[in-house]
Amino acid sequence: MKNMIISVASGKGGTGKTTVSTNLAFSIGDVQFIDCDVEEPNANIFIKAKINESENISVDIPRINKKKCDYCGKCSEFCAYNALAVVPNNILVFPELCHSCGGCELVCPRDAVGWNKRIIGKLEHGQAGNIDFYHGLLNVGEMQAIPVIRALKRKIDKNKQVIIDVPPGTSCPVIESVNGSDYCILVTEPTPFGLHDLKLAVEVIKHLNIPFGVIINRDNIGDKKVEIYCKNENIPILLKIPESKKIANLYSKGIALVNEIHEWNQSFSQVLTQIKKEVKL
Amino acid sequence: MKQLTVISGKGGTGKTSITAAFASLANNAVFADCDVDAADLHLIFRPEIKKTSIFQGLKIADIDKDKCIDCKKCFESCKFDAINNNIELIKESCEGCGVCAYICPVDAIKMIDRDSGFAYISESRFGPVAHANLKTAEEASGKLVTVVRENAKKLAEEKNKDLVIIDGPPGIGCPVIASLTGVDLVLVVTEPTLSAIHDLERILSVANHFKISAVVCINKYDINLENTKKIEQYCKTNNISVVGKLPYDKKITQAMVHQKNIIEFSDGKLSQDIKDMWSKLKTILSTDV
Repeated sequence: MKNMIISVASGKGGTGKTTVSTNLAFSIGDVQFIDCDVEEPNANIFIKAKINESENISVDIPRINKKKCDYCGKCSEFCAYNALAVVPNNILVFPELCHSCGGCELVCPRDAVGWNKRIIGKLEHGQAGNIDFYHGLLNVGEMQAIPVIRALKRKIDKNKQVIIDVPPGTSCPVIESVNGSDYCILVTEPTPFGLHDLKLAVEVIKHLNIPFGVIINRDNIGDKKVEIYCKNENIPILLKIPESKKIANLYSKGIALVNEIHEWNQSFSQVLTQIKKEVKL
Repeated sequence: MKQLTVISGKGGTGKTSITAAFASLANNAVFADCDVDAADLHLIFRPEIKKTSIFQGLKIADIDKDKCIDCKKCFESCKFDAINNNIELIKESCEGCGVCAYICPVDAIKMIDRDSGFAYISESRFGPVAHANLKTAEEASGKLVTVVRENAKKLAEEKNKDLVIIDGPPGIGCPVIASLTGVDLVLVVTEPTLSAIHDLERILSVANHFKISAVVCINKYDINLENTKKIEQYCKTNNISVVGKLPYDKKITQAMVHQKNIIEFSDGKLSQDIKDMWSKLKTILSTDV
């Protein structure tokens, strides 16, 4: 059977992305797991990989040669992110705002722009049994998760079954994480907030043209509208995880469901089987 | 005028439900939903939109294929891989820097405005609300957060309100930073799970980094008492007050299904505890911060 990249996303935060992605990983066994939620990475609380490699992620930030600069202001005028400001006889660089597009260097008439590396986060790599684990950590106070996510995605091993844990939301970090996946699992809860954010997530995934299905977590806490929506839109419901004290308690302690209640192993393996059927692999 | 941001690091800990509950308790406040990616506050507020404005975030490249001479300079210069080898734009990747338009020798690329979403000013049964809708797959959510906060501030000034209550997004990155810079107090809503504790520590460092006072609320504290103790201990060590410990109560979901906040829906223990927490917050906001 061909290997796939499966991403697990949600729109709304806290619906159970990490629960689904980690349990799926354990039930499959031989996988590469990539936690792209670099703002709040939690998967390793469950995977418990021993980290044995770490790599700093840096971005390029302009370094102005003040001997050459004549404060003409062309760079600050060009910068779409307001990362450069020219004041009388000085020029200021705001590194957190810079997107490293290289525009300032291009427009500078005096060749005064060079580059410094700035560390904004790191990648960590390790193993847990036969799970090959990666996650990224954005440094506190940093704005841009994208470069860290990009670096993580360069680690994808196409010879393996890959599972990607996606950050919540619907904007740039989500697109960056999900793009290139063969299938996307959207995790939701059966509540008005869950449904509203599921619809947004569906729009994103449709826009990216990726086949997808839904897993309903904390089934029975709210109403039936998520199920009705999925039925009307012809979206497959891959699994329902009931609301249960036992499951919530395991989660709170960082214990994966499949490792404690073995019936769940079967359920999550079936999710993979169904996904493969959906994409006709 | 004071500003309070409700935030969490980890998603789904109850930010929006708690913000919505405050709406019944704060009698002179403006509300701002700054989770522009996945805004949910309006599902409880059911606001009536009074004014809509188009939000234009970053610009986007527009390639005129008739003028293009296929020199590939734009393809080579784009740091975001937003132009492919066939000189086609990949919209989702374009960050609007303008390098391609600058480098193009035949002026085949223009930077044009990009409608990235809408900002709304609304009225609700709880008072004025500023909120927004970022189009899916758009960039610049941090910028839209700033627009929502400016709208909320203006509303507060116009209507003589003394408090802005901001429902923030999850995470620690750009939109979160935009939601908390310059506010008077941050309320971090957490829960006693190892994941939430990990995220709590990160979001508190962000607040600390920007020198903003933070207090903590432990939601669903009774789902794991041992972890609740850990959070309390952590907060004590770091000199952060725990202003509320809220019990797990399914009624909060039922209230949501009925498009109500918990205070409107029930007068049980959870509602009482939220009221107690609110009076503590009011005291903190009126004194030193």
